[in-house]
Amino acid sequence: MTAEEWYRADRLPHIYCAGCGNGTVINCTLAAVEELGWRREETVFISGIGCSSRAPGYILTDSLHTTHGRALAFATGVKLANPGLNVVVFTGDGDLAAIGGNHFIHACRRNVDMTVVCMNNMIYGMTGGQGSPTTPPGAFSTTTPYGSGEPAFDLAELAIAAGANYVARWTSYHVKELVKAIAAGMRTPGLSFVEVMTQCPTNYGRHNRLRRVSDMIEYLRTHALLVQKKERLVQEGKTVPDEMFTVGELVRRNRPAMGVRR
Amino acid sequence: MSRVEFMQGNTACAEGALAAGCRFFGGYPITPSTEIAEHMARALPKRGGVFISMEDELGSIAAVIGAAWTGVRAMTATSGPGFSLMMENIGFAVMTETPCVIVNIQRGGPSTGQPTRAAQGDMLQCRFGSHGDYSTIALSPASVQEMFDLTVKAFNLADRYRVPAFVMADEIVGHMRERVTIPDAVEIVPRRKLEPGQLPFDGGEDGIPGFAQFGSGYAVHVTGLTHDERGYPDTMDAEAHDRLVRRLIGKIESARFDIADYEVENPDAETVFVTYGPPSRTVLQLLHDMPDEGIGHLRLRVVWPFPEFALSVFANAKVFLMPELNMGQMAREVQRHVDQPVIPIPKLGGDLHTPAELKQALEAYR
Repeated sequence: MTAEEWYRADRLPHIYCAGCGNGTVINCTLAAVEELGWRREETVFISGIGCSSRAPGYILTDSLHTTHGRALAFATGVKLANPGLNVVVFTGDGDLAAIGGNHFIHACRRNVDMTVVCMNNMIYGMTGGQGSPTTPPGAFSTTTPYGSGEPAFDLAELAIAAGANYVARWTSYHVKELVKAIAAGMRTPGLSFVEVMTQCPTNYGRHNRLRRVSDMIEYLRTHALLVQKKERLVQEGKTVPDEMFTVGELVRRNRPAMGVRR
Repeated sequence: MSRVEFMQGNTACAEGALAAGCRFFGGYPITPSTEIAEHMARALPKRGGVFISMEDELGSIAAVIGAAWTGVRAMTATSGPGFSLMMENIGFAVMTETPCVIVNIQRGGPSTGQPTRAAQGDMLQCRFGSHGDYSTIALSPASVQEMFDLTVKAFNLADRYRVPAFVMADEIVGHMRERVTIPDAVEIVPRRKLEPGQLPFDGGEDGIPGFAQFGSGYAVHVTGLTHDERGYPDTMDAEAHDRLVRRLIGKIESARFDIADYEVENPDAETVFVTYGPPSRTVLQLLHDMPDEGIGHLRLRVVWPFPEFALSVFANAKVFLMPELNMGQMAREVQRHVDQPVIPIPKLGGDLHTPAELKQALEAYR
């Protein structure tokens, strides 16, 4: 396991709660890095604020843990100033879609050559479980005590509409597919966006009758609808259940990109 | 061979940045600073540099900080509202000791205020505007030549002290056209490099850590959280926070004699004007029109860290007069350091004080 060489052993133990999905996502990302054979000194992990954004602190490369929502703007500066660096951004649903929404759409539009991995746990985890832009309608949180009354963002659709070259969505249950998707994203010039639906048993599951980690992972597994299956349902004129989300490779294209290594 | 040109202040600022080796500009259009971005957009690609128009000022300063960590000299330029938007990430640059230059072509505020008129209303914001305790460096040009010279100097100070450095200009000096002498080469003070075995946030004797740019193999962790000398978050240890914040402030304040840059006229005078930026020009005109050794003038080119020792040069001073394009922002700082009365002479609306107005003040207070 060369992935071990990529961890800052002196930073352990990490801050993540028992049963958190973020470790799985970090592990899958490093497995993809290993598959690509990237070198540590040529790789930078960048993040904003939140549970997801603590990830770069555990990885033994240059790492930039920035301000809330701004990771993609920092990453744009790093990548354009030195296209020779491999840039990976870890972010979360609050960081990316709420306070950082503007930077998200513009980074996708510019198609800056980087890989963005979003740990979407549908909640502001670090501050104790407040409703975020991806909290499903009706879901409970400390700021939606009567069930969320807002529609939720579909982050992958947003990235596609804004112009990212590669967009995929998986869950923390689909680890093999996730590694493949992140690696495919890393190989694609331009911005690659990989959304990972992940469990926060502490601050999401606890309020939504998914208290056990296995219940949350089961929820993600049973609500994930493979994109090919969804298309078949649509073709057959059948209804796609509202509470399902599509998973799979959603876009792979070759729009002009910025910051690609020459 | 230097060359002499007739140019606008904002252009001179951009030329100064290019001469200093700036190779990254991230910005967002805002009056009255936009000419700097336009000049950099034309010039940087020809020099192998990067110009990017970001989606807002929060993104501009973020991209600049990111670029700075790859080792390039990086800058942004903005004005009041954009400067306000940059405040959080300016604090991030302070905390992570990221060298970069931020030019503020000040205009009338608060809020949208007077986009096309000059002011010096952000002089305290550049010192105290981000949350928490810190110190920074701010320069104040009074001519188009100084737009060039002080922009070069800002890059050197930013790299020397590992801080964001501010060029606190204004609409007058930004849009004014004057003769500028542009040298073939300018002095470049490089960032001190991190040496093997050193920790990336260990300040050593002078409080300034060595810099390891991204890609140099040091695997540096850069965070806005309170961190130890390794750069690792250490947010619950009171002593670690105290040590870090005192070092961030101390490395600037203890160097204020070295950073200071000011001019003294008539040190034996009893009545002393203290100025920075364009109001200095009115005082110079006044002293030219009515030479009087009883009138002193302290002109600051470096405003922060404040050089309080420069005030004591005027041993016979009975009163300090401070014409500023604000309601007396720096007069508060001066009064903190002297026993004599400090009289603010505010001017709002965008025009400079006239010599007659300063003469009137002189007659009222000397």
